[in-house]
Amino acid sequence: MRKSGPWLWASALVAYAFLYVPLAIVVVYSFNDSRLNAEWVGFTLDWYRKLAGDGAMTAAAGNSLVIGISASVVSTVLGTMAGVAMHRYRLRVLPLLILAPIAIPEILTGVSLLIFFVMLNVTLGLVSVAIAHITFCIGFVAIVVRARLAGMDETLTEAARDCGASPWNAFRYVTLPLITPGVIAGALMAFTLSIDDFVITFFTAGAGTITLPLQIYSMIKISVTPEVNAVSTLLMLLTLVLIVTAARISPTLLRSTQESTS
Amino acid sequence: MALLDIKGVTRRFGEFTAVDNVSLSVEAGEFFTLLGPSGCGKTTLLRMIAGFDLPDAGSVLLDGEDLAHRPPEARPVRTVFQSYALFPHMTVEGNVAFPLQMAKVPPRDRPQRIAAALEDVRLTGYDKRFPHELSGGQKQRVAVARALVTHPAVLLLDEPLAALDAKLREELQIELINLQKDVGIAFVYVTHDQTEALALSHRIAVMNHGRVEQLDVPSRIYGFPNSRFVADFIGQCNLYSGQVVARDGTIVAIDVPSLGPVRVATRSEPALGSSGTIALRPEQIRIAAGAPADAPGNHYRGTVADLLYMGDVTVYKVETSGGSRIEALLANSQGSGAKFFEVGDQVEMSWPVDAGHFIAE
Amino acid sequence: MVSGPPLAFLLVFFAAPALIMVLASFRSPGEFGGLAPLVDASGRIDLNVDGYARLVTEPVFAQVFVKSAGYAALTTLVCLLLAYPLATLIARSAKKHRDLLLLLVILPFWSNFLIRIYAWMIILGPNAALARLVNRALAVFGADPVPLLFSAFAVLVCLVYVSLPFMVLPLYANLEKHDRTLLDAAQDLGANAWQRFWRITFPLSLPGVYAGAALVFIPALGVFAIPDILGGPDDTLIGNLIKQQFLETRDWPFGSVLSIVLTAAALALAGGAAWVARRSGGASRA
Repeated sequence: MRKSGPWLWASALVAYAFLYVPLAIVVVYSFNDSRLNAEWVGFTLDWYRKLAGDGAMTAAAGNSLVIGISASVVSTVLGTMAGVAMHRYRLRVLPLLILAPIAIPEILTGVSLLIFFVMLNVTLGLVSVAIAHITFCIGFVAIVVRARLAGMDETLTEAARDCGASPWNAFRYVTLPLITPGVIAGALMAFTLSIDDFVITFFTAGAGTITLPLQIYSMIKISVTPEVNAVSTLLMLLTLVLIVTAARISPTLLRSTQESTS
Repeated sequence: MALLDIKGVTRRFGEFTAVDNVSLSVEAGEFFTLLGPSGCGKTTLLRMIAGFDLPDAGSVLLDGEDLAHRPPEARPVRTVFQSYALFPHMTVEGNVAFPLQMAKVPPRDRPQRIAAALEDVRLTGYDKRFPHELSGGQKQRVAVARALVTHPAVLLLDEPLAALDAKLREELQIELINLQKDVGIAFVYVTHDQTEALALSHRIAVMNHGRVEQLDVPSRIYGFPNSRFVADFIGQCNLYSGQVVARDGTIVAIDVPSLGPVRVATRSEPALGSSGTIALRPEQIRIAAGAPADAPGNHYRGTVADLLYMGDVTVYKVETSGGSRIEALLANSQGSGAKFFEVGDQVEMSWPVDAGHFIAE
Repeated sequence: MVSGPPLAFLLVFFAAPALIMVLASFRSPGEFGGLAPLVDASGRIDLNVDGYARLVTEPVFAQVFVKSAGYAALTTLVCLLLAYPLATLIARSAKKHRDLLLLLVILPFWSNFLIRIYAWMIILGPNAALARLVNRALAVFGADPVPLLFSAFAVLVCLVYVSLPFMVLPLYANLEKHDRTLLDAAQDLGANAWQRFWRITFPLSLPGVYAGAALVFIPALGVFAIPDILGGPDDTLIGNLIKQQFLETRDWPFGSVLSIVLTAAALALAGGAAWVARRSGGASRA
């Protein structure tokens, strides 16, 4: 290990501060007894109380939850299948389709789905948003599952077949248990991505459906109150818990997020 | 009829021929070894017996039945993998039970068969452990137990001892020999280690470049190698090639460049002028300070150029006046362990005519 | 078999919409917005290149594309400068710390996109400490107060903020694989710290740099939420234009044209980055 000079440490610390101070400010001001997010006045839980009583917010949270769960379940099943397929066979089309939604700017996926749904006379609502979310979540799950498979010892499936297991039994009794942590981690990731999504949801939600991020958006644009800070803090907490859980379940999650960037 | 019949099996990977028209048979209850360097095709051949690969030509027959239509899970053949391939998420018991589970053996019959298998490999009491809690040798034993629990017709072992250290390897070699005798199942063993092959096998097939060079019992492979490759691959060997210049009854003389005429007794009848090689094991050569009293045979004078002191024996590399190298093995002094000769000593090398082995070319 | 369902889903909900959008870019806008019928009143198929012609004839669109590219490029550069020391530090730290350090870099990425934008709204807000500090400093020099919020500055800062993890990760992945002894050898041969960095470390890290640049530049090119919330009227980027066309002006064909051009740019860049990565992949292993 080479020694790292003080300059390196300083600049790295600046980078970490840059990453976390803004989020910290949001959290801190959620407890601030002042309408303006300007300076600290006093501690209060008022904004959280307001949140609990805010009908629009709770409705939006409910929508986000429903969409999140359904999107995560479907994309986990499809993503696992895709991950297994990509690991086993040299595929051409599937990897492209899987990774494209992640590679191109979100607005493009959102806009194309908008045209698609309208042309097919599909009413925009919870279902259209869920479908949109599944489209980009499949890729994440597939990447995580494929990474997990890649780290698995290949000879184990052969040994299972050698012991008399059909290909399906080999998958069921040996491969599946070993990739399950990855699958669960992928599901948690998909849920988080769905809850947090803004851009794609913006275009595919239509007039009547509000999700949590959309609600936050309208609050930001129209009237900013620290209620936004409160809901943001809660969301961040939820995300933190989910991601740390996912990382604990599947330590390779970190590496596969890295790999997906290459 | 042999238990396992390999008939004219060939396997190609693109331009590369991994197994080239190999035919051999394995008898019931024998310990059969495929021996050869990396890339000689032994593992490919093993995989075709197990069913993980299908031959491009030829057939693999078990008890007369062609196995081509049977996938690995349907063959009564079990493999012990080089990396053991134990299922990490199952206990030892779970691992050994797996084949029974796949064969739909009734659950009440399983514990007894598992216990018997673990007893065979001397791992009774380890059933609740997980693979990561076991040592290398223990893992190997579990792999063997798992492979034997359904009483397969043939057990395939793919260099199972390669990852273990020398002492453990020796211990397990003896265990494997005894185990094989006890269960009476035919073993097909793959290794690149010729000492291991000589120690374990009833018969050895020496393979090179996808072909079987020689198939025989260990002593004949060692004493009568039928090609330069086999002679060189098995143990240490002096190889002298040249043209046949004289034949007198069973004694043939070859003119070896920079050494001179070398005489060997052989049953083959090479024509004068044809090429041949004499294979001579270092321990067959007598090395002494002066000329031996009994003269017939071959003798040459030389200087000790290098030596390797190995504790119990010393290997001497002697250079003759013509520039040839002769490698001889001599036990060191029983009492002191000291070697008898030093670098630079003038010595006499000799061996009788029936010591070497003639290989026609 | 197992690739069937996911393949089917994506063909229907990703490939098909994409193709439909391509088609839409050649159609005419409907009377009340959206798309006009494919077959018009006289039975002819109504396809034209009006949208594409507009792109070429009206310079404002080219300007927007250039501006977007400029923002994206600047973001990429700043991210690179910030990410490099961080990635180096993580690559050099003890194995047991690395996962934690990487997790800390990635965590903000997992928080809601809007929250990250909102945070900068607070920080750069006119009443917040930072703005007041800057304006007080400016007042000292007799300059007029400058709004930090709703400006190009705000957009850029936030762009860097959300893109930083994407530059750190590929850089780290590359730097981690560097052979330490190369630097020792260079030092042994007389190179000082800067020379070792510039002549050895940096060239070897180029594949990571390119990967990170692609991961930052391409999304930044198509960003819309950040300029929408934090930007001023001058900060209209391609993403904003597309949103306008689809949800306000409702000229869907033209919106599709813009989207197609953006997609083409994104794919070309992604393809280029992949090609470069494959080319220099061999060299980094030397």
